[in-house]
Amino acid sequence: MTRRPPPAKKVWTWRSRALRGLVYQLIAVLAVGLGVWWLASNTMHNMQVRGIQSGFDFLGRPAGFDIGESLYEFDSGQPYWRAFLIGLTNTLRVALIGIVLSTLLGTLLGVGRFSRNALVRGLCYAYVEFVRNVPVLLQLLMWYVFFAEVLPTAADAWTFGPLFLSKGGLSFPIPIWEAGHLWGVSGLLAGAVLAFAYRRWSFRTFEATGQPRSLFWVPLAVFVLVGVLGWAAGGAPAHFNSPVKGEFSIEQGGSLTPEFLAVVLGLSIYTAAFIAEVVRAGIQSVVRGQGEAAAALGLSPGQSMRLVRLPQALRVIIPPLTNQYLNLTKNSSLAVAIGYPEVVSIATTSLNQTGRAVECISIVMLVYLTTSLTTSFFMNWYNRRAAIKER
Amino acid sequence: MAFSQLRLAAAAAATLAALLAMPAYAGKTLDAVKSRGQVVCGVSTGLAGFSQADSSGKWSGLDVDVCRALAAAVLNDPEKVKYVPLSAPQRFTALQSGEVDVLPRNTTFTLTRDASLGLSVTTVNYYDGQGFMVPVKTKIKSAKLLKGQTVCVQSGTTTEKNLADFSKANNLNIKPVVFDKLEAANAAYFSGRCIAYTTDASGLASIRAKEAKDPKEHLVLPELISKEPLGPMVRRGDDEWFAIVKWVLYGMLEAEEYGVTQANVDQMKASSPDPVVMRLLGGGNEDTGKLLGLEKDWMARAIKAVGNYGESFERNVGSKSALNLPRGLNNLWNKGGLMYAYPVR
Repeated sequence: MTRRPPPAKKVWTWRSRALRGLVYQLIAVLAVGLGVWWLASNTMHNMQVRGIQSGFDFLGRPAGFDIGESLYEFDSGQPYWRAFLIGLTNTLRVALIGIVLSTLLGTLLGVGRFSRNALVRGLCYAYVEFVRNVPVLLQLLMWYVFFAEVLPTAADAWTFGPLFLSKGGLSFPIPIWEAGHLWGVSGLLAGAVLAFAYRRWSFRTFEATGQPRSLFWVPLAVFVLVGVLGWAAGGAPAHFNSPVKGEFSIEQGGSLTPEFLAVVLGLSIYTAAFIAEVVRAGIQSVVRGQGEAAAALGLSPGQSMRLVRLPQALRVIIPPLTNQYLNLTKNSSLAVAIGYPEVVSIATTSLNQTGRAVECISIVMLVYLTTSLTTSFFMNWYNRRAAIKER
Repeated sequence: MAFSQLRLAAAAAATLAALLAMPAYAGKTLDAVKSRGQVVCGVSTGLAGFSQADSSGKWSGLDVDVCRALAAAVLNDPEKVKYVPLSAPQRFTALQSGEVDVLPRNTTFTLTRDASLGLSVTTVNYYDGQGFMVPVKTKIKSAKLLKGQTVCVQSGTTTEKNLADFSKANNLNIKPVVFDKLEAANAAYFSGRCIAYTTDASGLASIRAKEAKDPKEHLVLPELISKEPLGPMVRRGDDEWFAIVKWVLYGMLEAEEYGVTQANVDQMKASSPDPVVMRLLGGGNEDTGKLLGLEKDWMARAIKAVGNYGESFERNVGSKSALNLPRGLNNLWNKGGLMYAYPVR
């Protein structure tokens, strides 16, 4: 290969290309800056003229409204910024769980499109085509109607062992924290370390000798076993705060509200359809020869998928997958329609209590921008790791 | 794009539009209404008795009558109104931005709203209070028994705050389920998601009458947990328009007090011996309309269009309507209520 000539040194004369380029860029930056400044100053001026009070000082004032569900205690006497924080955690809770569920479901569906079983293939195809062509808001409303209309009232809730499913949502027992649990937690931590060490060791052995060793089931067993041992060592504490049927509702225990369940289910199922397509495209992008080579080496179709084709497909999958994660996070703002108190819902309420429309909307924009950029950052990092390392 | 996103985008756009428009509005609303030939009225998205469109798109209700009376007084035609249905979170932005001229939208007057939104409260056209509705079969007879229960609420209202105060004061730990739209809140309550529904008592009566499969299966609890004076709001800084809206409402009350009705208004205007009535209707020599920048017979037109306050009340929310609400606080001051008009003179 011939080497390219080094780029010509830039000449800074009045008629040079370099100078013109710089001037154009400066003009563009100046114009954008001026536009933003004009919007902002005009906004402030007009609000002042009309006697509309503005500023973010309201964030420190007591919110004065309650929030139906939150990860930690919230009381109407606490300030607005805490209310926004609860909205944010509720959004993130939906986004994180949704991302995990939709990735699992989407990968299964995407891989299912290559199944040798025609029924599985057909079902996966039908799922994708049906789900991704129905608007997500309708799906959320459908799930919510399902929870609100189809499920029984609390008085005759469906009971599955210690679980109750009713219009009030899913209630389940939560363990009561005791000193003995500390042993259990330490056991789990120790198990995780051991499992990780075993996995590394078996991977090294495999690379050195070609002897395949379990990379998943044995470490999992180690993890669980050591955890259980630790729990037993702590005296096996097993006191639960179990839900009980009250007069009008299921009381005690932990619970997931129907709003939360509808949002998580709706978003996961919707996004999974897109992820399935991303996964399918990724797998198809791996050249046929790779699968054939794997077969020639005697790998089963499952092993071929897991060890040869999927890892190579990841390179193609990750960038569009990031988009789907971002979509899921942003779509969670639709939850306001079914009464889930995420950040948009909190902002709407605050906006109305205080009348600070510009401020509340900018907070919402900032929240989504920050979460999206953070997600992108992590996914880009992961992408660099999964990319081909040219040596 | 789905509607809640659209709504947010619309609110943002409206705010932005409001902020981009350069001139302030002082004193311009009346001119704008006259040159446009239309009063633009912000109303609810559908609350029976207050503002609701029927199957043919014709609006009616106590709040709608304010719009019609205004259009009749200013433009001599009660039909010259453009109704803009607004959700609770949208309403103030719509008025601030000049999208609507007046906001009779069962809106509670509070200090924050009067002092910090760039808006002014005119005068009350319905005295209300927040209440609770529960299904009869729960056998709940008092709001104090709602300990730890879920209650459905519409967002963007004073209701959420009152509920939190009531819950705190009585140590009830009520869990609100907050919906963006009235329709969604109604649906959630009637499907049984919440044990109770809370909003203004008049709203509860309206929802029970119009939305419940069987109104008898739902009970409005006796406690009222707040004062909710409802009435039209206007933009601040346009005192002329502010006065017109206020005095059209006072005029309707004054008409009831002096026995002027939709049926007898022409005859009263021609031949009433009472100087108060003559002043109100512009039948004599005194021209009250001129002071407001309106025609002499401004109030006679308004009453011909919607009747006096009592007639409007009975037709929309009172005994002649499905809501069948008692006059209560909304009776005239000399009949045991709070409705007291300043003298039209």
